[in-house]
Amino acid sequence: MNPEIIRTLQELLPQIQGYIYPNEIEIHWGLLIVVYPYITGVVAGAFILASLVKVFNVKEVQPLYRLSLLTALAYLLVAPMALVSHLGHPGRFYEILLTPQTSSAMAMFGFVYAWYLMAVLLLEIWFVHRTDMIDMAENSTGATRLLYRALSLFSKDKGERAVAFDHKALKVITIVGIPSAFLLHGYVGFIFGSIKANPWWSSVLIPIVFLFSAIVSGIALVVLLYMIITPLTGGKINMKCVDKAVDFLFYAVIVDFSLEMVDFIHRVYQSEEEIKILSEMVMNKLFASLIIIQVLLGMLVPLLLISLTKIFKKRFGLNEDMRKMVYFISVILIQFGIFATRWNVVIGGQMFSKSFRGLTTYKMEFGGIEGLLYAIALLALPVVILFVLLKVLPPWKELREEGEAGTEALGGAGM
Amino acid sequence: MNGRRSFLRGFFAVLLSGGAIEGVLKLIPSKAYGKEVARTGKWYGYGVSVDKCIGCARCMDACKNENNVPREPFFVRTWVERYITRKNGQTIVKAIAPGDEAMPEAASDRTILRSFFVPKLCNQCANPPCVQVCPVGATFQTADGVVLVNEKTCIGCRYCIQACPYGARYLHPVSHTADKCTFCYHRISQGQLPACVEVCPTQTRIFGDLNAAASPMSRFLRMNKIHTLKPGLNTEPKVFYANLDGEVR
Repeated sequence: MNPEIIRTLQELLPQIQGYIYPNEIEIHWGLLIVVYPYITGVVAGAFILASLVKVFNVKEVQPLYRLSLLTALAYLLVAPMALVSHLGHPGRFYEILLTPQTSSAMAMFGFVYAWYLMAVLLLEIWFVHRTDMIDMAENSTGATRLLYRALSLFSKDKGERAVAFDHKALKVITIVGIPSAFLLHGYVGFIFGSIKANPWWSSVLIPIVFLFSAIVSGIALVVLLYMIITPLTGGKINMKCVDKAVDFLFYAVIVDFSLEMVDFIHRVYQSEEEIKILSEMVMNKLFASLIIIQVLLGMLVPLLLISLTKIFKKRFGLNEDMRKMVYFISVILIQFGIFATRWNVVIGGQMFSKSFRGLTTYKMEFGGIEGLLYAIALLALPVVILFVLLKVLPPWKELREEGEAGTEALGGAGM
Repeated sequence: MNGRRSFLRGFFAVLLSGGAIEGVLKLIPSKAYGKEVARTGKWYGYGVSVDKCIGCARCMDACKNENNVPREPFFVRTWVERYITRKNGQTIVKAIAPGDEAMPEAASDRTILRSFFVPKLCNQCANPPCVQVCPVGATFQTADGVVLVNEKTCIGCRYCIQACPYGARYLHPVSHTADKCTFCYHRISQGQLPACVEVCPTQTRIFGDLNAAASPMSRFLRMNKIHTLKPGLNTEPKVFYANLDGEVR
């Protein structure tokens, strides 16, 4: 037996408030399961941003198209790592795929994930970059040439008909992709929302709240990455594009906030038997992460900041740097807010006893699989993967749509 | 060309309508639209006479011995709760432990309205949410109605622990798989009683086949007013309580 677990639980004993069932002292879904919905949320959100260009023809955000697709892929690759490593038997994870139980929401993850990765994201990325990969294969030698030949699946056709087919295929994939992205994250919400034993989770609204918070986090993250990567690679931030993306972000935050308020008001007004313990939990255990970080800093402050740029249009319209700063601060705050949202759902749902008589505490470890370090590594890994993806499939041309011929060559070499 | 096209159209229409509807129906558990089939053979249940429990915790001890449950207080298959309701309406609950000191005499405390013990264990629900959510089918219901965990296939995702409304499950710190009360399946399949029932000095705990015409279990159900825990969740527990107080959840 791992004496570490016993020691940790022993330390928690004096921190229990009220009465909890004896088995409830251990918080079973820890930091890793907080990271997991955060990451899938970014995937879904980034993909929705990409489909704004292809399906809804929002031309302004075209520069973000490839970046958001690659971001979605980088994060999607990391999503199952969080899940698998938190299992009691990580080596048995394949059982979910080989002998899935159809009544289990979790068992369907493998299939939703595989569908999304193979049928949507990889296909779309391949079609978007096909001609580029052929070009790059032609312009390089040796191993690089072989790499791009292999990546393009040895296709060589750059003719008009082939390109036209690419476009057609992309349209179809994106149209299939939107419901798939909704499915991916809505399903993550359903994993929690379908647990009738847990009143903090059990809500029909949860999949929808997850969906909109996903859109919020995805758009905010791509905008953040764009605002960091572009100057670093010697480009100039296209403010028209950022303005438009932040517009969508703004509305998504409003919808997300409204949904969460509806959920909150509904719970308080219905005031069922669990309301006392839940309000005690929110006021004692989740005050900082829910009231301060999620609602105040993660939603209200960014909403206020972005509305300021809209209300004082003249002043902000003239001063791009000021606008940039406001956006930059807002998207960072939103990231923290969404991470706190995931925390409050996952950890909050396990801090109160199902006897509705008491609260337990979550003690985060530093090292180890369930620890802070590993979680930070998991959160950093997609950025590393993205860095590699940007090297292999550079989106620089698109990122600098507005004809900055001078910086383009420089930028390509810079990253 | 047209023939092929209309065939494809028809084919996809069937896929989308009929196929989809059937898929949805399959997802709905049979309970939602079908009447429960009359059960034949053994269908195990459990009775608890709340008024008889004296809080000696021998059942907890016996369970830990019998089933190799870790000794620490954080892992239990069965436990006993002590309820004290005061005259001001406040209720205090505490889980007792085998080594605990003797409880202070409650009769002399004039602020106490009523006080009692409630043994708890896995409710072996007829409609078990833990079985529903297990991604690999490692948690399953036997033909005689006992919910078991196959520790060879359990992946340790702990979804069942989250889904259990009664806090009956824990992750075994050695096997890293979900663990819970089995009604001592190894004993009952030999015709013996579960260890906790066997050692209970006051016959608070009763075990038997719910389908049997004459047994301590059927007598218990006949002679008492019966309640189950959290009936609103439609889990259909097979652990039945006699004289259960409304404070117990």
